[in-house]
Amino acid sequence: MTRYIIQRLVYMIITMFLIATFTFFLMKFLPGTPLSAADKLSEEQQQVVLEKYGLDDPVPVQYFNYIFNLLQGDMGISFQFDNREVTTIIFERIGPSMTLGVQAMVIGTILGMLLGLVSAIYHNGFLDYGSTFIAVIGKSIPSFVFAGILQYFVGVKLGWFPVALWEGWEYTVLPTVALAIFPIAIAARFMRTEMLEVMGSDYITTARAKGVNKFGVVFKHGLRNALIPLITVLGPLAIGLMTGTLVIENIFAVPGIGEQFVKAINTNDFPIIMGTTLLIAFLFIFIVLIIDLLYGVIDPRIRLAEGE
Amino acid sequence: MENHKPSKDLFVPVDRAENESEKITRPSLSFWQDSFIRLRKNVGAMIGLFVLLFIGFMAIFGPYMNPYGEFEQDLSRAKMPPKVEGLGWLGMDGMLTSVQTADTVEGAEEKALMRFNNQEEFITTSVLSEGGNGEPAEVEAVYDVYGAKGLEDQNFWFGTDGLGRDLWTRTWKGTRISLYIALLAAAIDMVIGVAYGGISAYYGGRVDNIMQRIIEIIVGIPNLVIVILMILILEPGIISITIALTITGWIGMARIIRGQVLKLKNQEFVLASKTLGAQDNRVLRKHLVPNVLGLIIINTMFTIPNAIFFEAFLSFIGLGLPTPIASLGTLIEDGFNSLQIYPHILLFPAIIISLLMIAFNILADGLRDAFDPKMRE
Repeated sequence: MTRYIIQRLVYMIITMFLIATFTFFLMKFLPGTPLSAADKLSEEQQQVVLEKYGLDDPVPVQYFNYIFNLLQGDMGISFQFDNREVTTIIFERIGPSMTLGVQAMVIGTILGMLLGLVSAIYHNGFLDYGSTFIAVIGKSIPSFVFAGILQYFVGVKLGWFPVALWEGWEYTVLPTVALAIFPIAIAARFMRTEMLEVMGSDYITTARAKGVNKFGVVFKHGLRNALIPLITVLGPLAIGLMTGTLVIENIFAVPGIGEQFVKAINTNDFPIIMGTTLLIAFLFIFIVLIIDLLYGVIDPRIRLAEGE
Repeated sequence: MENHKPSKDLFVPVDRAENESEKITRPSLSFWQDSFIRLRKNVGAMIGLFVLLFIGFMAIFGPYMNPYGEFEQDLSRAKMPPKVEGLGWLGMDGMLTSVQTADTVEGAEEKALMRFNNQEEFITTSVLSEGGNGEPAEVEAVYDVYGAKGLEDQNFWFGTDGLGRDLWTRTWKGTRISLYIALLAAAIDMVIGVAYGGISAYYGGRVDNIMQRIIEIIVGIPNLVIVILMILILEPGIISITIALTITGWIGMARIIRGQVLKLKNQEFVLASKTLGAQDNRVLRKHLVPNVLGLIIINTMFTIPNAIFFEAFLSFIGLGLPTPIASLGTLIEDGFNSLQIYPHILLFPAIIISLLMIAFNILADGLRDAFDPKMRE
C-alpha cells in the first residue's frame, strides 16, 4: 500500500511539472504582453514594465525563475490588477468556490442516493419512472440552462432568493441548486443500478429467508454494499462540479476562482490564467488520487489485488 | 362424485413425423435484427430518435425557411418578441407584457406606459388590482411591438436579439454547429479510439505498455485545461475546438475497446482463424471489430452529448466560437444579458440544446439496452 501511494505521488509530481512546463511555453507563444497599450510609453518606461514582470530575461532564464518561484508558492504578479500577486488573488477567491462546490457535492450525492434508493425499492413502479425521468433530465440539461431557469423563475418571478452576488447564505442557494442537479442525476442512476444488483444477490435472499424485515434488508444489507462502488463516481462528479463552477459563478456573479478565470481569459491576464490552470490541474489530480486510495481502504478486495 | 373414465374413442394417435421435433418454429434472427427489434420496442428511444431527426432536418432547412440572414443586423428591429401567425395562443403573438406596481392605479399605468416608450396607441392596459389598504395597485400593460415599429407584415418566429438579428435563423445555424460537433466526436471515437484501443490490446506486450503509458499521461492532464490551452494558442473558432476534441476525445473509448479486445483475443474462434492462416489485419477486421461493434455504438452515443455540452460550455464562457457566429452556447450567453426583460432570447436556444441532449441520452440508453440485454436492469 505504502509503495503504491508513493508511486502515485511521484506520478502526480511528474504530471504537475509537465503541466507547469507546458503552460509556461504555451503562454510564451501567445501574442500579447503587459504592454498592449504601449505606444504611449517611452523606451525607458517599457523597460521598467518588462523588468517588473521579469520579461526582459531570455526565455530559458524566465522558465527557471518561473519553476523556482512556483516551488516557493509564488505565481507572479497579475497583468491586470496592479502589483497584486496571483497567489493572493487566488486565495481570496477560493472560499466562495469551495463553499459552492462542497454544498453542491454533499446535497447532490445525498439527494441522488435517496432518489436512486427509492427507484430501486419501487423497481418499475411509478416512483421509479419518476426518479429515472428526473435523472435523465438532470444529466441532459446543461447547468447553465438550468441556472437560467432558476434565475428567471425562482429569482425574478417568485423572488424567493437573490438572483446574483455573494453577500450571505441566501445568496448561495440558487448557484448550489444549479450545480447540484448534475450530481443528483449521476448518483441517482448509479445508485439505482448498484442497488438492484445488490438486492438480487444471494446474501440478500438469505437475509430475507431468515426473516429480516424489508427495512433492515434494504438499509443494513443492501445499502452498505451498494455504497462502495458509488465512491468511483465521486471523482468524476467532483471534476464535473469544478467545470460547472466556471459557468455558474459567472452567471450568479459569485467572486470565485471560476469567475476570475473567465475574466482573465477575456483580458489576456496570463499569470492568472497560468495560476488557475495549475490549481485546477492540481485539484483534479489530487481528487483522483484520494478517490483511488479511498476505494482501496473501503473495499479490502481491491487492496489485495493491488498488493499482488 | 363419480370418477369418470374417458372412453378410448376419444384418443386419436398423433401422426408423428420424424423431423417435427427438430423443426425451428420461429425465424432465426441475427444479433443485429434482434437488437433492432428490441430498440423499436423502446418507446423512449424511438421518441429520442424522432426528435433528433426533426432537429437535424430543421438544422439543415430551418435557416432557409424565412428571408432573414444570420448576420443581418438592424437596430430598428432589435429585441422583437417572437411572433408566429396563428400561434398567438402559445404566447408567440409579438406582444410584450409588463406588470407595474405603484401606490395608485394612475401611477402604475403611467409607469407601464413609460416602460414601453409611451407608445400609447399600441399599449393596452388592464388593472389587475385596485390597491388600497396598504396594498400597491397593479397594472398589466400589453405592448404591440410589431405594430409600434410598423412591422405588422413581418414575422420573427423566435424573435430577434439585441442587434436585430433573426433568432430563428441563428438558432438553427447554431444547432448545425452542435450537430457538427456530434458527428466529429463520433468520428474521433470510432476512428482514433477504436484503432488505438484495438492495436494496443491486440499486439500486447511492449506496444501495449507504451501506448498505455501515453494514455496515462494524457488522462492525467484535465481535459478542460488541454482545451483551454489549445484554444489560447489557436484563435478561438471551430478549428481549435475540433483539434481540442481530437486530442482528448478518444481516450474513454480506447480504454473500453482495449479491455474488450484483451478478453476476446484469447478465445477459440480467434485461435481458429489464426491457425487457418488469417493475417492480423483480417482477424482485427473480421473477428474482433464485429464483436465489439455494439460496445462501440453504445459508447459513441454516450460521448456525443458530452461533446455537445462541451462546445456549448466553451462558447458560453467565451472560449468557443468568436462573436458573430451563432452557436447554441453563444446564443444562450447572449440571452443571459437580457434575461429579465426579454427571456425569449434565452428560451429557444436553451430549449433546443436541452432537447438535443435529452434525445441523445435517451437514445443512448435505449441502444445500450438493445445491444446488451445483460446490462438491462
